Amino acid sequence: MSVLIIIDKADGQIKKSSLEALTYGADVAKQLNTTAAALVLGTCTDDLSTLGKYGVGKVYQVVEDSLNNLDAQVYAQVIASVTNQVGANVLIFSHNQTGKSVAARVAANLKAGIVTGACALPDVSNGFVVKKTVFSGKAFANVNINSACKVISLNPNSYKTVATEGSAIIETLNVSVPTAKVKVTGINKVSGEVPLTEAEIVVSGGRGLKGPENWGIILDLAHVLGAATACSRPVGDAHWRPHHEHVGQTGIQIAPNLYIAVGISGAIQHLAGVNRSKVIVVINKDAEAPFFKAADYGIVGDAFEVLPKLTAEIKKLKGIA
Amino acid sequence: MKILVCVSVTPDTTSKIAFKDGNSKFDDAGVQWIINPYDEWYSLVRAIELKEKDASISIHLVTVGNKEAEAVIRKALALGGDEATRINAESNDSYFIAAQIADIANKGAYDLVFTGKETIDYNGSSIGGMVAELMNAPYISLATKFELNGNIATVTREIEGGEEINEVVLPLVVSCQKGIAEQRIPNMRGIMAARTKTLHVVEPIVIDALTNVVNYEMPPAKAGVKLVDADNVAELVRLLHEEAKAI
Repeated sequence: MSVLIIIDKADGQIKKSSLEALTYGADVAKQLNTTAAALVLGTCTDDLSTLGKYGVGKVYQVVEDSLNNLDAQVYAQVIASVTNQVGANVLIFSHNQTGKSVAARVAANLKAGIVTGACALPDVSNGFVVKKTVFSGKAFANVNINSACKVISLNPNSYKTVATEGSAIIETLNVSVPTAKVKVTGINKVSGEVPLTEAEIVVSGGRGLKGPENWGIILDLAHVLGAATACSRPVGDAHWRPHHEHVGQTGIQIAPNLYIAVGISGAIQHLAGVNRSKVIVVINKDAEAPFFKAADYGIVGDAFEVLPKLTAEIKKLKGIA
Repeated sequence: MKILVCVSVTPDTTSKIAFKDGNSKFDDAGVQWIINPYDEWYSLVRAIELKEKDASISIHLVTVGNKEAEAVIRKALALGGDEATRINAESNDSYFIAAQIADIANKGAYDLVFTGKETIDYNGSSIGGMVAELMNAPYISLATKFELNGNIATVTREIEGGEEINEVVLPLVVSCQKGIAEQRIPNMRGIMAARTKTLHVVEPIVIDALTNVVNYEMPPAKAGVKLVDADNVAELVRLLHEEAKAI
């Protein structure tokens, strides 16, 4: 009986959301008086022994180049084999793109109950009850897992990473890796941008900005904050900004520490994508914009005047000339 | 070629979310039910587009739900699709639901199974992956483009900060999201045709649920917005730095 955290990586480097899952998994192990270990599939440029800092004693690795591409079917079989081999009974994933591809498959393979989108440690005082977001962040459900083996996928940005001293032992496992049926024929990555779902701060623009030519003030503010940029649905639909920046009910759901909404009225469908943000700032010239009701801080004012000032003030705070 | 489109019935996106019976059940009083937008706008419409190019394709819809779901399924049939199956059960355990759908998918030997990327009520993102596992078929999640060439699918899927293009031989399970198709509105001919399309009702296979909802909670209410004067942007920066500790 132990906890196994499945590590996700991009370009050979471990993702921030996986470090959150590691800290979370180590804390679950403490609750259950057991040990936590990490599992890395494929090759990795990061020094895996440093994962010990997040509370795992061991890092299992299946070193096989083919695992550097994601085929959910292959991943599920390998993860299920490792689970049985090392005797794990609680699996932790991050609820990111990889987790959404793989976690449920693994659960079905192992006949394990799964809770996706978990946002807190399980309550183990009476069963194994995991809190998750439902109704697109408008509510929570407390879900009990009845099966012996359990799978949790943790919402990114919902558990704080804690790094201490410590070094993990790396153990290479021999597991048969099936041939992938999914062939990766191309990857298009926007380089130099902070991925939206990993971003701590997001600056988002709506129709109030009047046109794509005015996005400079959004980009400037995002740049000084080290933030990702996003947009509302009408902006994405009008192709002012690329589709992948659209946050909301039918776009991407995010939960950054800080969400700055500029010129977005705050329709309920937009809120569904951002209401898990810890702090929401709304800048809108319409004092009646519904978004102000969901905001922590607000400025009623013209974005074209407010934003350059905000960027300048943040530069001052950060000591950027 | 046979496509199975999984359809879930969810509360309308603007529904007020509340709970009853000691927060153990969703309060559906006054709630309008719709086809889960990801199932409708993206997976069903993409399946219909494929059929428009190749008339030999047949589209079957499947849902797990009670009798009330039928009105919504008829709406889905008004958009397109040849027939529908309702599995007569209610559950929010993803394994239970996936096992029901996989049973239909395996018996019907479907080449392609489409799901939405998640439902807007339970936000599980689990059914597609589970169905694929239970069919022993490949699975591509969060697809933004889907093309068919014979029995080879070319699928673009979302990855962190970009997209990846995959090629795979059918059978295949795909979860669909924005980009794969555009929302459609059913026309009168479709609505009339839907009335006479076959809607099978089958009883569920015996599966033990692996999870159960203990109760629901509402998030703590926001304290209310602190408004800062537009001429005093420095104050906002101070609050974000010192009070919210967000920058």
